[in-house]
Amino acid sequence: MAETGRQPVVRVEHLSKHFGQGTARVDALVDINLEVFPGQVVGLMGPSGSGKTTLLHCIACILEPSSGRITLDGEAVYDERWLKADLRRLRLDKIGFIFQYPNLLPFLDGSDNVAIVLDLAGFSAAAARTRAIELLDYLEVGHRKHALPKQLSGGEAQRVAIARALANRPRIILADEPTAPLDSARARIVMDLLRRIAVEQSAAIIVVTHDKMILDRFDHIYRLRDGRLETDAAAGRQLATTAVV
Amino acid sequence: MNLAYRDIKHNLLRFVLTNFGLSLLLGIVIMITGVYGGLIDDALRQARAANADIWVVEAGTNGPFAEASRIPGDTRELVSRVYGVERAGSVTYQSVQTIVSDKPLRLFLIGFEPGRPGGPRQLSDGREILRSHYEMIVDRSSGLMLGQEVPLGTHGHRFTVVGLMRDEVTSSGDPVGYITLRDAQTLQFESAPPAARRELARGGGLETNDQINAVIAKVSPYVPEAEVAAALSRWKHLTALTQDQQETLLSKFVIEKARKQQGLIMVLLVIVSAVIIALIVYTLTMDKVRSIATLKFVGAPDRTIIGLIVQQALSMGIFGYFAGLALVLVFKPYFPRRLVLDPESVGIVFIITVVICLAASTLGIRLALKVDPAEALASSG
Repeated sequence: MAETGRQPVVRVEHLSKHFGQGTARVDALVDINLEVFPGQVVGLMGPSGSGKTTLLHCIACILEPSSGRITLDGEAVYDERWLKADLRRLRLDKIGFIFQYPNLLPFLDGSDNVAIVLDLAGFSAAAARTRAIELLDYLEVGHRKHALPKQLSGGEAQRVAIARALANRPRIILADEPTAPLDSARARIVMDLLRRIAVEQSAAIIVVTHDKMILDRFDHIYRLRDGRLETDAAAGRQLATTAVV
Repeated sequence: MNLAYRDIKHNLLRFVLTNFGLSLLLGIVIMITGVYGGLIDDALRQARAANADIWVVEAGTNGPFAEASRIPGDTRELVSRVYGVERAGSVTYQSVQTIVSDKPLRLFLIGFEPGRPGGPRQLSDGREILRSHYEMIVDRSSGLMLGQEVPLGTHGHRFTVVGLMRDEVTSSGDPVGYITLRDAQTLQFESAPPAARRELARGGGLETNDQINAVIAKVSPYVPEAEVAAALSRWKHLTALTQDQQETLLSKFVIEKARKQQGLIMVLLVIVSAVIIALIVYTLTMDKVRSIATLKFVGAPDRTIIGLIVQQALSMGIFGYFAGLALVLVFKPYFPRRLVLDPESVGIVFIITVVICLAASTLGIRLALKVDPAEALASSG
């Protein structure tokens, strides 16, 4: 699915990942090739155990592939020059992650849960807080900025988590079942929000989902089966070509 | 953003309750330090109270504290005549037990010659002994008041408290009392009337009680103490010990076993504290595994995670230490024996606490560094 004249933000080439050796060897991913361009929202679907999460871990730089190559925003990762600390820094600077459950730090309020990412990136406390409040307002949860995670509803907490993922203006956003804990109306709101972010920030967004109600929100859908990738572009909308880059 | 502070603030009640327990434990460590300090200080005070340069005791003994020593009462006159001796005084030492207000009272009685070396150093209340008999000066820890009468000895004599001292106790915690030498000799060496009558009946004759335990000598500043001690030791029936030798005997031998016991208890308590702090830090880290995984996932460097754990361990230790110290200071006056908390030993306990916290946090740090960021993706909410 190469697009002429544009560089993909996420490029996965001949990626394989296996666990164990010999007869105990399990091939979780086999020869995966994938490209996601700026402004695109792609879906990653497949039955349980098909390798979706493994692929997401590899792209998120928390699981080293057995072979193949991953290029994130022009930088090839996992070659011998990368250290664990560098990968963490890369995650901090370039990747935003939305978990299935919000995974907010229970001891920080809404705005601090967003500001922590900026704080780690070296922003001043005031700048981090201003940006956090801006994002919470943008996601319409600004009025809950002082609430602790346990005081937030499921939808509010998920929006705070999205704000945290966006805090550093990442080029790549990875989302693992972000709509799973939400009802269908809220799920559509979250997906529309992700689409808007992809366009406004020229970000590449990969969403792992089982939710068939949101399929029309994707530009492309990849299906994983037994660690092998099948593309299903027809199922998604071709919106990426109209996206602002 | 200080994550340790935020986490503590979020779980304030748990932090306070945990620290309360820890402060009790560290309070006991500080208290044992105080007992240890008190033990040494009391032992040395006993010797220093006499304000002696040289102790003249029975030949071949380490008296009068480490061993029994008995020398003739006129030894003081001999000692006074030796070149370099400015002043000398006879003393006796004995432990007595009596009943005051229906309660048993133990005292360490020192018999001294008023106006000569060996008497009480400083009174906190009352006056010196002015009469030849039946007056006494005691430490406040005895619970006795000025004017109170104390029955002592087999003859049923009653001694009136005329002066009070502060912090004059023996290494075993018994309060010190001063009486005149004559009274002390009667108490220590004179038999009870029935025993004396029996001794007379069997033809033993009247025994003399003009004996003392030691002579305390003050030496001229122009004459070396060692020289005077050597001169005194030429008498075959006497041994002369310098003040330094006497203090070494007390601190190294008399209280050696007690010192070792206290030291062992202190070491055990420090180990127990270290284990408990390590377990608390480990448990607190276990509670935060998901948060740590999330922090790692979003890109937090290891130093942020280590900082979180170390800062919490240190704040716990420091809070526990000062709360423990405050508890000890509050309850110090009610403790059954004297606690000596000098800044040096209290400072050492503080440093030990900090070191324990740093060492204990390594267990939590190991756990935290092993946390896989992928745990943040685990499906449980």
